[in-house]
Amino acid sequence: MTRVAPQLDDGPAAWRFVPRNLAPLGAALGLALLMHFVFQPAAGSFASKLALDIAVNIILAVSLTMVNGFTGQFSMGTAGFMAVGGYAAAAVTYYGSFRLYGSPNPPAGILSAFGDPTGLPLPWLQSGDLMFVAACLFGGLVAAGAGYIVGLPSLRLRGDYLAIVTLGFGEIVRVVLQTSERRLSNAEQIAGTPWPKLLTHLGGSLGFTSIPYFTTLFWVWLAAVLTLVVAYRMKRSSYGRAFLSIREDEVAAEAMGVCTTKFKVRAFVISSFFAGVAGALIAHQVQSINAGELGFQRSFDVIIMVVLGGMGSISGAVLAAGVLTVLPELLRFMADYRMVVYALALIVMMIVRPQGLFGVREVWEVGPFRRRAAGSGAPGGGAT
Amino acid sequence: MRMTNTRIFSALALLSLAACVGLGGCGPTDSNSGNASGGGGGGARSAAAGGSSAQAPESAGKGSEKSPAAAPAAAPAAAPAAAPAAADEILIGHYASMTGSEATFGQVTDKGIRLAVEKVNAAGGIKGKKVRVVTLDTEGKESVTTTVVTRLITSDKVVALLGEVASSRSIAGANVAQRFGIPMITPSSTNPEVTTKGDKIFRVCFLDPFQGYVMAKFARENLKLSKVATLYDQKQPYSTGLNDNFKEAFTKLGGTVVAEQAFSGGDADFSAQLATIRDRGAEAIFVPGYYTEVGNIAIQARKLGVTVPLLGGDGWESPKLAEIGGKAIDGSYYSNHYSPSDTREEVVKFVSEFQSKHGGEVPDSLAAMGYDAAMVLFDAMKRSPSLGGADLAKAIAATKDFKGVSGMISIDAERNARKSAVVLQMRKGKAEYVTTIAPQQ
Amino acid sequence: MNAALQTFFETLINGLAVGSLYALVALGYTMVYGILKFINFAHSDIVVLGAWIAFVLARSLGYATPDAAAPWYAGLLILLVAMTACGAIGYAVERLAYKPLRGAPRLNVLITAIGVSLFLQNTGQLSFLFGASPQRMPSLLPDTPLLTVFGARVSLVDVVGAGTAVLLMVGLEYLIFHTKLGRAMRAVSYNTSVASLMGVNVNAVISFTFVVGSALAAAAGFLYSMKYVGIKQPADAGWVMLGLKAFVAAVVGGIGNIRGAMIGGVMIGLLEFFGAAYVSTQYRDVYVFALLILVLLFRPAGLFGRATVEKV
Repeated sequence: MTRVAPQLDDGPAAWRFVPRNLAPLGAALGLALLMHFVFQPAAGSFASKLALDIAVNIILAVSLTMVNGFTGQFSMGTAGFMAVGGYAAAAVTYYGSFRLYGSPNPPAGILSAFGDPTGLPLPWLQSGDLMFVAACLFGGLVAAGAGYIVGLPSLRLRGDYLAIVTLGFGEIVRVVLQTSERRLSNAEQIAGTPWPKLLTHLGGSLGFTSIPYFTTLFWVWLAAVLTLVVAYRMKRSSYGRAFLSIREDEVAAEAMGVCTTKFKVRAFVISSFFAGVAGALIAHQVQSINAGELGFQRSFDVIIMVVLGGMGSISGAVLAAGVLTVLPELLRFMADYRMVVYALALIVMMIVRPQGLFGVREVWEVGPFRRRAAGSGAPGGGAT
Repeated sequence: MRMTNTRIFSALALLSLAACVGLGGCGPTDSNSGNASGGGGGGARSAAAGGSSAQAPESAGKGSEKSPAAAPAAAPAAAPAAAPAAADEILIGHYASMTGSEATFGQVTDKGIRLAVEKVNAAGGIKGKKVRVVTLDTEGKESVTTTVVTRLITSDKVVALLGEVASSRSIAGANVAQRFGIPMITPSSTNPEVTTKGDKIFRVCFLDPFQGYVMAKFARENLKLSKVATLYDQKQPYSTGLNDNFKEAFTKLGGTVVAEQAFSGGDADFSAQLATIRDRGAEAIFVPGYYTEVGNIAIQARKLGVTVPLLGGDGWESPKLAEIGGKAIDGSYYSNHYSPSDTREEVVKFVSEFQSKHGGEVPDSLAAMGYDAAMVLFDAMKRSPSLGGADLAKAIAATKDFKGVSGMISIDAERNARKSAVVLQMRKGKAEYVTTIAPQQ
Repeated sequence: MNAALQTFFETLINGLAVGSLYALVALGYTMVYGILKFINFAHSDIVVLGAWIAFVLARSLGYATPDAAAPWYAGLLILLVAMTACGAIGYAVERLAYKPLRGAPRLNVLITAIGVSLFLQNTGQLSFLFGASPQRMPSLLPDTPLLTVFGARVSLVDVVGAGTAVLLMVGLEYLIFHTKLGRAMRAVSYNTSVASLMGVNVNAVISFTFVVGSALAAAAGFLYSMKYVGIKQPADAGWVMLGLKAFVAAVVGGIGNIRGAMIGGVMIGLLEFFGAAYVSTQYRDVYVFALLILVLLFRPAGLFGRATVEKV
């Protein structure tokens, strides 16, 4: 009964409010800086590239978890939203740097610099970085808008129809982007073309190439951790319980006053946003983005991560993203037989652990120290 | 309980299937002496020695708890990368689509490269060292391409790269190679953008504008045609690029393109496009694309009563063209780097050696370009004072009048190969020489 | 005027010929979905296997040279063998990969299907099996024009192809609506647990469904490669697109509905060909997917599907 809390309570309320909300941001920033300045020089370029791919896949897997895992809907449109976000962001940075700086190479700070940055006397942030961040957010927003348009009508339907509509959407996006006009590369021509028209010059079948190089471990891990924070808060909040209730029983959820369509659309739009950001990030790393590669097979890669991680388990999705990014690289010594073995491994994993690695629980809820709590708290994996 | 048994049974059955596949994989791989990448042999050796000691303690230090950072750090430690180059070895990297929709292209190019490596090793290697090529699969994806190229450069420590047929992936690879300062030669990416990525990026094939010009000139001046239709693959940058360039050149020479029709790679039916072309009264159809589609197009064209010749580019070059197209393709023309029936010494030797190695398979142009790219690289390595990126790139840039299978190769100031093209005509299932067209000045 | 009529009839003939093949493939999707409620993404790879097994057979029988004349029964024989082989493969796939997951979430089965698809594609691509280059299918059906309608040729390939497809569909219709086994299939698709309580061997019915679906897919693969003799390598994007269009046909017709799949297949075929001929060839895939989205928005259960009411 001798609590100290009351004394602190009349202190500034904001004092308690701030760290609770900023701590995750600080952690994200810290981890991102650590990855950029410690991990990258120590682990070498190849490991860093894998770490970068893992982070992008984490964003994708966690974003899809919000739809497939939380609300129990089934979307196959991740790649389509990646394409929308990636192309939109690429158009902004590529044409934007022509407009703003007159060249396709915008100034970049130390956080966007490639390789061992310690020797370079670069400033922390430059205006180019800000343009890049804005482009990523823009890509995310465009993808979210596309998600809203696709999701609003189709989420009223039940069953697998969302999956089928998103599949169709993704294929249409692919064809439209592949038949877009050639990318402009002449500075004068770009300066003389209005923005809406520029957005039709997306590279066509070659894909959007010559995108400025920005994405480093710092940016992807920052984005990945922020995605995780959003997802975790979404899952744990009372607001988030509404999502989970849709997964568990849609009719019951509706009876309890959850407007299921509204919540499904929300989850879908948030998920599309992050998929778009992931597309934008990877476009600025590969320096090109090609819709031909972002067909529904790419969406499958992400769905596999979500299911393997356990439907709705955020940490499971993270782990699965890591495993499934590294596994194909580990299998490289098998040469021609690599994809055959990968396919078999996938089937075996599904058969042996159909509930995913951790079921619907998080990593820290599994294991000896939480056995009793988990038994009563979380429903068993694969209940649906 | 029954369920569990079924599951275990299935898992075991699948695992044994995997084992069979794995064992089956080892057999032919070993006997073919490295159809698979160098990684096959190198895997076991490097597991312990692979230079990952630097990052292992790193991951143990900070990634122990729930930080996902542990995963990437563990990866290279366990990754069975190809063995690092031994003291008497020079490693070169090849990245190609060995699986997926475009597997044919990567596999054939790899055969050509491996033939070149065998030849150079049989002749004593380079600077007293043997050459070994490490081939990594891009799966036909750009994102994988950057990973694979990074891996070749930083973990396998290759001194030079050969790679990709598809221009979009060559561009992705070129960005990485240029960043690391490793010279790269693309055997058959024809899009002009590829070599603009920097001073370390070269090519040994034509560019789209040149090939488009060649066929336009041939159609206009040799065949005296004025109305031509085009039918191109909108998914292939090679095809859209050639289409644009042909159209431009043909119009400039005074002809008209009466119909421009598109298809998507993978389509099997072209009747709608061909019917439109027929109705517009075209005197020939320019079909820039790969032999995988052209055969079907020719058959359907004849079926629809379109008898005019088809015109094409080097993507046609394959024994499969005549095999699939049969009589329908006879009378059609295409431009190429060389004629397989050429009597030049390089061509005859290359064709016979390739055939004796691959059970009589006639090499297509991709194989020849892979071979030439590797040979140009080896030639530069011999001339270069060191195998460092800068020296090697300078040596490649200095290549002049190199006698390749695909003709005399000289690298120009834009790091592109400058050479003439030959035009061939299909007659009774054989590609016969018609004329040579030199680059415009 | 004449040219316009010619184009119209050519488009109609091709649309019907290809549409009937889409219908054959769509049946496999719709039957599996009707019973197991999952999209069998490995189905299009069975189509590929059908085509390639037929090719290997035809080649080993010595019909590979373009001029070798095959007797009329050779095609039939090869078709039957390919169908049997693919039926067996379909059975094996179901037994090994899907059966252990009965009762698991549908998404898992879907991913297993993707795994099976990847496995079949990459195995088929191996050099000792089918390899990664395209091949020419020996023409077992001569491409002779039977009659001409306003200048449009109706060739034997189209007639026999569509005829075989229709014959197989009639056979399936009889099997499902007029035999005991068919009744069992319908019962399982209507309600699996009640069917099993009524003494239906659910596992046997499911296996049988896969065998029938795979055999039809093999037939489609064979007929497709008769029409388009340059057969694509197993992992080619064209096969995936063929499978996707057939799947769209199944959904448009009302997934789970046998007759709907047949009509849907023909509809998709006609839409694709008329769209390509009269609107633009650039967007021929877009028409198909746009139709899919439109149908789902206005008739969520497909054109011929019955809307299901979710019970509490």
